[in-house]
Amino acid sequence: MAEETTKIICITCPMGCTLEVTHEGKTISKVEGHTCKKGPEYAEAELTDPRRMVTSTVKVKGGVHPLLPVFTAAPIPKPLIFDLVKLLRQVELEAPVKVGQVVVHNVLDTGVDILASRDLLPS
Amino acid sequence: MKAKYDVVVIGSGPAGLAAAVEAKKTGAEDVLLIERATELGGILQQCIHNGFGVEILKKDLPGPAYAQRFIDEAAQAGVELLLDAMVLDVTPAKHVYAISQWSGFAEIDARALVLAMGARERTRAQIRVPGARPAGVYTAGMAQRFVNIEGYMPGNRFVILGSGDIGMIMARRLTLEGAKVERVLEIMPFLTGLTRNYVQCLLDYDIPLQLSHTVNRIIGRSRVEAIEAVRVDEKWQPLAGTEEIIPCDTLLLSVGLIPENELSKKAGVLLDPVTNGPFVDEGMQTNVPGIFAAGNVVHIYDLVDWVTEAGFVAGRSAAKYAIAERQWMARQVKLRAGENVRYVVPHVLEKESLAQADQKLQMRVIKPIEGNVWVQVMDGENLIVRKGQRYARPGEMVTVEIPQKAYAAVQKVDQLSVRVVAR
Repeated sequence: MAEETTKIICITCPMGCTLEVTHEGKTISKVEGHTCKKGPEYAEAELTDPRRMVTSTVKVKGGVHPLLPVFTAAPIPKPLIFDLVKLLRQVELEAPVKVGQVVVHNVLDTGVDILASRDLLPS
Repeated sequence: MKAKYDVVVIGSGPAGLAAAVEAKKTGAEDVLLIERATELGGILQQCIHNGFGVEILKKDLPGPAYAQRFIDEAAQAGVELLLDAMVLDVTPAKHVYAISQWSGFAEIDARALVLAMGARERTRAQIRVPGARPAGVYTAGMAQRFVNIEGYMPGNRFVILGSGDIGMIMARRLTLEGAKVERVLEIMPFLTGLTRNYVQCLLDYDIPLQLSHTVNRIIGRSRVEAIEAVRVDEKWQPLAGTEEIIPCDTLLLSVGLIPENELSKKAGVLLDPVTNGPFVDEGMQTNVPGIFAAGNVVHIYDLVDWVTEAGFVAGRSAAKYAIAERQWMARQVKLRAGENVRYVVPHVLEKESLAQADQKLQMRVIKPIEGNVWVQVMDGENLIVRKGQRYARPGEMVTVEIPQKAYAAVQKVDQLSVRVVAR
């Protein structure tokens, strides 16, 4: 496999640096264009195991709102995003809920928990 | 609820929460936070995506979790709340009129006031999109509230006008909820939101973005059936021959925010015609002394972290202003008209002035007394000084001097009254 250069926009922070990644398949030989150490880490992950934070909502019974916002405690593999939101559609909690409460443990065997993004008081 | 507060904050989004918390931490005795909605947090509650707090908390939090931190801090700091309340008017003297089912019609005095009303979305009317007026045209923030808080999907096939952050984030959100986002159109030749949102909201989900394009017209009678997209030149003029019909049932507008300053204007706050927000100094004070402003009400931010910082600055300044005003008031003695006195000039006396000289008071009596009278300066029922006269008439000004030897007695009081009575 020949060496090639791929442009990747780093999404770790609002800066959005454009990284020029020289690589042969999934083996990186050089990263340029980053302004902090998170850039090369992101480039490595993006080539080998791209992951994303996912935020969505789940149903709640008896709360001040019918929905509770939730988030992945850590980024999960990109190919699992649609399976995750499908699974979250089946989840239903009861109020009250505390921020940081585990909504789904080890979701899709990723080792990542789904957490509540806020307190939700009973109506 | 009290009648007077050191600091009153209007709006409990990120700016208002930060201002209220920081005002309390800076030493304001009492802080009242007034919010129109039934809960604190403002628009953060519907911004369920992450990316908040990276700069100032060094954490990547969803909007509601970011808000929750400051909501909890406000509770710990002892910030008083008035929720579900509409502020109707604010005067330059920092008198606030509000109404709610909890308080009824409320009049609240603020030593210092922080304006944190945020912004409103530009609507179809403000960008003048031609065509029919069917259902199915929403601002992106409105759709965000439907989907993330209330649990309604506003449509199935979307076109989004504007590449601002809310528009791109909604494109992803709607896709995750099973809708099809056909296109994002941007009239400018460049992306107007953050690049990271282009990557993680549009590229990740293969949602096409067209720069230098806008909506030429909306098609549909009772419901949106399609929109006509068109390429524009550098002056935003549609280029004939580039029209394209895109079938869809919903059009979302993400075309900018306008600072919400209706109350600011009522308070006499001057607005910068460029930002549409108040002119402010480094402490976020407006042209009206004691009225401060922070967040999107001043100018439109792209990161909430910097809104919070602005809120901290405004809250700190407001608390310092209120404390200074209280200290200044503590150095003053109010001079009240007592029995048979219509008024006293001066109205207030600096306590320290007695260290320099005797202080002369001037007044007029209400009714004549033909006979010996006392002109008495009283601290409640305690006599501070008195002067005898042979008569008192409304047509002849009466004077009395508070002597320097009354210095110690005057330090202890915050008001004195003067009366003119028969001997």
